[in-house]
Amino acid sequence: MSFTLIGKHEKDARANRDGYVDAMMEMMTADSKVCHIDCDLYNCINTAKLEKNFPKQTFNAGIAEANAMGIAAGLCATGRTVFMHSFGCFASRRAFDQAFMSAAYAKLPVHVLGSDPGVCAAYNGGTHMPFEDMALYMAVPEAVVIDPTDFAMINCLTKKLAASEKFSFMRMVRKTVIKVYEDGADFEIGKGVTLKDGKDVTIIASGIMVDEALKAEETLAAEGISAKVIDMFTWKPIDEELIIESAKATGAIVTAENHQVKCGLGSAVSQVVAKNCPVPMEMIGIEDRFGQVGAQGFLQEEYGLTAAHIVEAAKKAVSRK
Amino acid sequence: MQKAEKMQELRVFAAEIRLEALKTIGSLGFGHVGGSMSVVEALAVLYGAVMKVDPKNPRWEDRDWCVMSKGHAGPAMYATLGLKGFYPIEQAYTLNQPHTNFPSHTDRTKTPGVDLTTGSLGQGMSTAIGAALGNKMDDKNNHVFVFVGDGECDEGQVWEGAEFAVQYKLDNLVCFVDYNQYQLDGAVDSIMGHGKGLGAKFDAFGWHVIEVEDGNDVEQIYDAVMAAYKVKGMPTCIVLNTIKGKGATFAEPSHSHSSQPTKEQWDEAIAAAEAELARVKAL
Repeated sequence: MSFTLIGKHEKDARANRDGYVDAMMEMMTADSKVCHIDCDLYNCINTAKLEKNFPKQTFNAGIAEANAMGIAAGLCATGRTVFMHSFGCFASRRAFDQAFMSAAYAKLPVHVLGSDPGVCAAYNGGTHMPFEDMALYMAVPEAVVIDPTDFAMINCLTKKLAASEKFSFMRMVRKTVIKVYEDGADFEIGKGVTLKDGKDVTIIASGIMVDEALKAEETLAAEGISAKVIDMFTWKPIDEELIIESAKATGAIVTAENHQVKCGLGSAVSQVVAKNCPVPMEMIGIEDRFGQVGAQGFLQEEYGLTAAHIVEAAKKAVSRK
Repeated sequence: MQKAEKMQELRVFAAEIRLEALKTIGSLGFGHVGGSMSVVEALAVLYGAVMKVDPKNPRWEDRDWCVMSKGHAGPAMYATLGLKGFYPIEQAYTLNQPHTNFPSHTDRTKTPGVDLTTGSLGQGMSTAIGAALGNKMDDKNNHVFVFVGDGECDEGQVWEGAEFAVQYKLDNLVCFVDYNQYQLDGAVDSIMGHGKGLGAKFDAFGWHVIEVEDGNDVEQIYDAVMAAYKVKGMPTCIVLNTIKGKGATFAEPSHSHSSQPTKEQWDEAIAAAEAELARVKAL
């Protein structure tokens, strides 16, 4: 694992999806067995580029996600490395039984990609806003479940997933996001990344909440609270060692996720904490609500997914020590 | 070998499969008899005369594939694969017992010769199509066979797959429809009918359709597969008009989906299947 943290809270000029597409272009060139199957969304995540360059490795199943998942599993059985994409809501809810039985249970390691996670579905609204996608896939035995942070991470993890023999689900914001890592960063599936060290509280975040956590750390530092910040992009298998070590060192934990807290990152971390090193915990995330339509900024305020919310939660956790 | 001789061999093979499937299910006393019995002749044709397989190398990459999307016909698959030499047939008698490699529904991770995992209905259609697509992309000269039930055709996924197979011109794919007219709750037409019929539906989706009048007749099935092999540019659907529970004395009259007959009924059914095997062998 090696990376350079940028920490300027500025958006990447490139669309996040190209972190995936660039990795696929590279892998498809090197290996004719690497495939992508999409559900009438080539033009949403720029996979039209893959189809143009690799027509025998890129397939469009139309608006039929359940079938697409099965096709992906069947392709996998012919010795291929297969990535299947749809919007996060459909890649999880719509095709879940197929992902479970045809792929995961059958030990056919399809890599499922769900775009526009949580509030990032913004103007597509509540119908398209998955706050439960990670929860569904975390319930699948042996599945690898990932909420990546930015372009550099998606680019790296796409290649790491392709090399793994585990069924997986990875989220992906389509448009631009805050650039947290320099290009070329290297990550390890199942290993959290410590972005800032601290001694009073640990903030464990993933996806779009990582930059919010970094901003919260700055505010807390100005107020004399030293926060450790961890990017826990792999929710399953979760990095137990890093959680235990951080709980012991800081004595308080705040989790932050763009997802339902009751069956997401907060739950996964609290299971480790409760069993190994009970410390006060606070959880930032969706509190048992459905999504709704609106700009992402509005939605982050509406659901309490901002740096300010993390700061408040951190103070509360520290006060409970 | 003359065709007549080959057909005679297939009739014997079918009678052997039926007897073994009945005995394996009977060893536990309950199971999916109806849907296992109806596909016996089609399996005999595939594994007895059509498919290129290597029992010593079940994942041989140039093999033909067979996907039992109506996964509850597992016992018929297990009898067929055992008799074909994928494993000693005695192993199939562990059917549904703790830690068995022969579960109720077919599982690629457990049973040698099972190409894809099925059980949740409709799903084997898609995975079979994915396998056909992969084999076509590899320019392989092989075929993928998939069995779907008529009740299974209630599932929308079957039709999503049917569209895909036509769009991608998968002429290496043959779908058998086991049209035995009964599903779990009763006659198909009384539960969820199929309009102008399943052959007409597949035809409307752009498939080449072959109707087999007697789907429990090995020669008619064999001829249909040979005709399917000549079709280019589209997948073929072979509609097998079969009898649910065919040859199982307690299941055939009731068209039962799953059965829990008495010990006497099992003994009678197995004796009848043994007598039928002897009769066919003497032909």
